[in-house]
Amino acid sequence: MIEKALVGDKKYWGWIAFLLLVIFVGFLFYLRQLNQGLTVTGLSRDVTWGFYIAQFTFLVGVAASAVMVVLPYYLHNYKAFGKLTILGEFIAVSSVIMCMLFVFVDMGQPFRGLNIILHPTPNSLMFWDLFVLSGYLILNVLISRVTLDSERKGIAPPKWIKPFIIISIPWAISIHTVTAFLYSGLAARSFWMTAVLAPRFLASAFSSGPALLILLVFVIRKLTRFDPGREPVQKLALIVTYAMCLNLFLILMEFFTVLYSSVPEHVHHFQYLFLGLDGKTTLVPWMWTSMALAIASIILLVNPKTRRHETFLGVACVTVFVSIWIDKGLGMVVTGFVPSPLGAVTEYWPTLTEVFISLGIYGIGALLVTIFYKMTLSIRGDIPQVRETLTGTEVQPTAK
Amino acid sequence: MSGIDRRKFLTIAGLSAAAAIGRKTLGQTPSSSASDWARLPEENPLTAHRWAMVVDLKKCREEGDCTKCIEACHLAHNVPRFDNPKDEIKWIWKEEYESAFPMQEHHFVQKDLNRQHVLVFCNHCDNPPCVRVCPTKSTWRRDDGIVMMDMHRCIGCRYCVAACPYGSRSFNWRDPRPFIEKATADFPTRSRGVVEKCNFCAERLSRGQLPACVEACEAGALTFGDLEDPDSPVRELLSRNFTIRRKPNLGTQPEVYYIV
Amino acid sequence: MHDTGKILLGVIIFLVLVTVPVWYNAASDRADVVPDPKIITTADQCVMPTDYMREAHMDLLDDWRDKVVREGIRVHTSHDGKKYNMSLTNTCMDCHSNKADFCDECHDYSAVGQPYCWDCHLETKEGIQ
Repeated sequence: MIEKALVGDKKYWGWIAFLLLVIFVGFLFYLRQLNQGLTVTGLSRDVTWGFYIAQFTFLVGVAASAVMVVLPYYLHNYKAFGKLTILGEFIAVSSVIMCMLFVFVDMGQPFRGLNIILHPTPNSLMFWDLFVLSGYLILNVLISRVTLDSERKGIAPPKWIKPFIIISIPWAISIHTVTAFLYSGLAARSFWMTAVLAPRFLASAFSSGPALLILLVFVIRKLTRFDPGREPVQKLALIVTYAMCLNLFLILMEFFTVLYSSVPEHVHHFQYLFLGLDGKTTLVPWMWTSMALAIASIILLVNPKTRRHETFLGVACVTVFVSIWIDKGLGMVVTGFVPSPLGAVTEYWPTLTEVFISLGIYGIGALLVTIFYKMTLSIRGDIPQVRETLTGTEVQPTAK
Repeated sequence: MSGIDRRKFLTIAGLSAAAAIGRKTLGQTPSSSASDWARLPEENPLTAHRWAMVVDLKKCREEGDCTKCIEACHLAHNVPRFDNPKDEIKWIWKEEYESAFPMQEHHFVQKDLNRQHVLVFCNHCDNPPCVRVCPTKSTWRRDDGIVMMDMHRCIGCRYCVAACPYGSRSFNWRDPRPFIEKATADFPTRSRGVVEKCNFCAERLSRGQLPACVEACEAGALTFGDLEDPDSPVRELLSRNFTIRRKPNLGTQPEVYYIV
Repeated sequence: MHDTGKILLGVIIFLVLVTVPVWYNAASDRADVVPDPKIITTADQCVMPTDYMREAHMDLLDDWRDKVVREGIRVHTSHDGKKYNMSLTNTCMDCHSNKADFCDECHDYSAVGQPYCWDCHLETKEGIQ
């Protein structure tokens, strides 16, 4: 099936070449980081987790969101999602691989990584995180491969794959819950130690993930003959709407508990985020933007007129995604460290090296999604098989 | 073409590679012949059931800007000195009173106390959160209470740094060797990519010596001893003085007591 | 099969490339080099019999590493009853102080290179070289 990803027109290869360039540049910067150590990042003694771990946290959410298409289709026979489940599973595969890469580049001694398996430590959430993420990856690779293969052959998937699909549903919930537990069990970090962290993670995941899927559907609808119809997109939009409302509600819950009880230890983190602390205000404009985008997206999504209009829906999905990315990918991790356990306010901002390495990893994810989608849509006949030859562009009849 | 097709070939190749790697990592058996040799403890090590430290801040205040304990520790353990605070590594240092004891500060704290700096280092907690979160058991609590670090196994994930409520741990962001002013062969340096912290001088205890900071303090402000020995100097101090610990509400059971 | 010529050519090129270490070293004089580690020390024996050390010194060091750090056991009693401090820098390198003529001889030859022990453990008692 992979051979379907090896043929394409100029635009396709141009995109692949661009991604490979981004990945290559990221790799070169990673060599620099391997050479000099993590000092090339913006991390410090006070802020020891930053951009990499924040991207990991955000992408675990995107990976988990595949369950939002799988659950309705397989558990409730919601047929309209039939064409989308595998697209969601492929997003999950790419996201989990990106997650693992982000953790790898963040480790001080990445080549000792196998120690987590050689010396299993069940009391550590990191051990469980590796376990559930690996399991989720294997599940999704298996499920997507088997279902796509069956689709290619024009038959129904084999019965034995059904239990794996059913298991992948609670497993998806577990990956993001375990990732939240990584943070919410630490007494040392009052910003993270809240019971509402896992629900918040899940709510933001289930809004940002399907929003991404909607946007990807729009993109491939423009580029190929693929069109799942209005109904699945509208259903996904409804899921994004409810999840985003829940996400905002949980954020407001946090605001109330912290601000009303006015315990300084808790208030200081929110003060840093929204007002600045000790004159340090790097994240303030970002957080207000994130809140504004969140509210704007909810206004667009709750109103059926704008939700049903696909331009507004696209805008809403972009604002959802960006808002949650700022919240998880910039705000959440760093703020756990500000102020430090000793009350110091040390700021953090990613360096150029960190940004390029991260872009390289995102490039790998985008490359995987491109290859998987090209494969799937070619098999379905939504992409004509195009081959560039010396005499011109040859379009082969689509075989099913 | 009969037999194997490309997809089957790639699948089998992938699974074989995974199996080979799996066997290699899981099939390592520890060497037996070396461990058959007899092992004896050192001649006169210092041992205890539960090591603890009492810091007499009153005596420490009288010494003003003295940093003898800090210099002794950092020298004995090859702790590097960096120019920039970003890469800083420190095992023991002085903090302001309100930073060391955030639950005890108020606007009218006695002037001496407020002005001075409090000596802080790893508390070697009885219920250490850093040990709970380490995914490789690179940090663990010994039977005698010391929370140890195994730099050989540490993967540099920094989960322990996030979990420590006292900010006791430092990470090697870069190779520390060029920044070590005077190296001693009594203790290794560290490589980059691992976490380090105060180890209550476990290596000195095994040689029958007190921790470097305790020995270096000329004011006698640092007392080290066995909490479970009723006759130990630490128990004596604890019975006669009012002492506080850092962030006791978190349930970590720190074993460093401060006479304020 | 199709393209027999191209495939055979490819296989031959692959075999040539994959056996480069064999024929290149045979052709040049590199294969004649035999490592000759020199022991310049006053002690008459090591912590373990020489045959064992030659074969498994890395296992011993791994064992010492875990015993000292993880179990707090720091004394090694050798086969003849002598006691040694389990320390790479202070015991091993005390006798084998000529790292370049001893350790590096074999390690460089076999391209095991610099084991990462030296990232942390000082090579001599005098300090960082």
